[in-house]
Amino acid sequence: MIEIDLDKVTIREFNQQLHDLNGTDKKEAYKIMNPRGKHSVAVGADAPVDITVEGHVGYYCGGMNKHANIDIKGNAGPGVAENIMSGCVRVQGNTSQYAGATGRGGMLVIEGDASSRCGISMKGVDIVVGGSVDNMSAFMGQAGNLVVCGNAGHALGDSLYEVKIYVQGEVKSLGADCVEKEMTEEHVAKLAELLEKAKINADPRKFRRYGSARKLYNFKIDNARLPE
Amino acid sequence: MCGIVGLFIKNPAMEANLGNWLSDMLIEMTDRGPDSAGIAIYRNPVAANQTKITLLSRDEDIDWKKLGEQLKKDLHAAFEIEPVLNHAIVTTDANADDIKTWLEQNRPEILVNASGKVIEAYKQIGLPENLIERFNVRKMQGTHALGHSRMATESNVTTEHSHPFATGEDLCLVHNGSLSNHNRLRTFLRDQKIKFQTDNDSEVAAGYLTWRLREGDSLEQALEAAMKDLDGFYTFAIGTQDGFAVLRDPIGCKPAVMAETDDWAAMASEFRAIECLPGAESAKIWEPEPSRIYSWQRD
Repeated sequence: MIEIDLDKVTIREFNQQLHDLNGTDKKEAYKIMNPRGKHSVAVGADAPVDITVEGHVGYYCGGMNKHANIDIKGNAGPGVAENIMSGCVRVQGNTSQYAGATGRGGMLVIEGDASSRCGISMKGVDIVVGGSVDNMSAFMGQAGNLVVCGNAGHALGDSLYEVKIYVQGEVKSLGADCVEKEMTEEHVAKLAELLEKAKINADPRKFRRYGSARKLYNFKIDNARLPE
Repeated sequence: MCGIVGLFIKNPAMEANLGNWLSDMLIEMTDRGPDSAGIAIYRNPVAANQTKITLLSRDEDIDWKKLGEQLKKDLHAAFEIEPVLNHAIVTTDANADDIKTWLEQNRPEILVNASGKVIEAYKQIGLPENLIERFNVRKMQGTHALGHSRMATESNVTTEHSHPFATGEDLCLVHNGSLSNHNRLRTFLRDQKIKFQTDNDSEVAAGYLTWRLREGDSLEQALEAAMKDLDGFYTFAIGTQDGFAVLRDPIGCKPAVMAETDDWAAMASEFRAIECLPGAESAKIWEPEPSRIYSWQRD
């Protein structure tokens, strides 16, 4: 276990230490002390390391994460796990706006609530939220799964492509082209797998599923343009 | 970008720390807005028949004593002037509007930063730490205060373009965001006899609230109306005589974090500006919802 005290080491120095391992299979374990809401904690990791953050972080914690497991014992500011590629980022508290935005793979687990635009433009990441999400979550989501054990705010799944959304509680309103869809046994099994992987305790049979009606402009074949 | 902070002391025994704590919060927000800095602080209330006015001179070499004598002679009222460099705290039994009109006609280089019973406001271009040192903010005691660090986007970097902006008696506003319909709204508000000192968008938001309050709205009603009429994005912190209020636009475009303990309630653009407060580790922390008005006041 390598202890990093952010009162003594700068974010730049710590992130450089992480980047020095990039592309290797070194399984170092880090414990990050005194994050104090600082930005960009553990951004750009590309090795199967374990990072535990002892407190609240600011913007972009775990951004672009590849292979690493990051466990934040507190709240996370805007853009946590933005563009995550693989690995897992877990937030034990709440998150601010656009958690997991544009994420391409891996998993983001938020044990508390996420605010607006959770999973905006997600492209393959799986996001499991133990609490609720606010307005415009999964906006323009292209691939992956968004699981919400609590409630969802307004305009859920607006302009959605192929993201599957599972919500256990109330949805304030659905966004353009987002509709409720049938929850088949296949979906129940997939949701159970996601919940288990996220270590979030919930009954997959109590969820409803939402997805794209595929009626917007881009889904109409006549609007397709081939490059000239 | 811009940084805003607000701190409200719930436990009167902690009032001595207000300036010091607010300073730490505002300095933490320096990189969100290094162009200019300002604070509004609520302290030292004047008597019921008096008004307290913070004046700001664009000319650093101002003779405040001479100004006081001129005001006394022309307005036939008592004036007590406490100079603080290019700012001055004026206590008077004259009408605040009469003073504003007199200044416009006779001393246009002097601006009214704030007026009321308890509010004082200080601002200048440059970093928060310079403002704090120059005006000895760390030593200021009081019940509550707001701070702003500005990264200018839509208008010039000058002292008078800095926040906070006064919005009526003991009210002021700090803003993170930008408004897109401020020119049209300023024209409308000028027709309603609301005065503007700059072409700044946030001053229009302040003027808008002044207008609604003058028309008899409560602060809550004025903010509800603002949500309909202001086009753009904003997180506002608004200081009132006995507390402060926070409002984010319906999209929730600009960040805000709030926290509360038994001793204080605080808001800031980012958590790191709250983390420096004593007791932050056990505070209740949350992100304010879009288009919901949050307010605190003394019982």
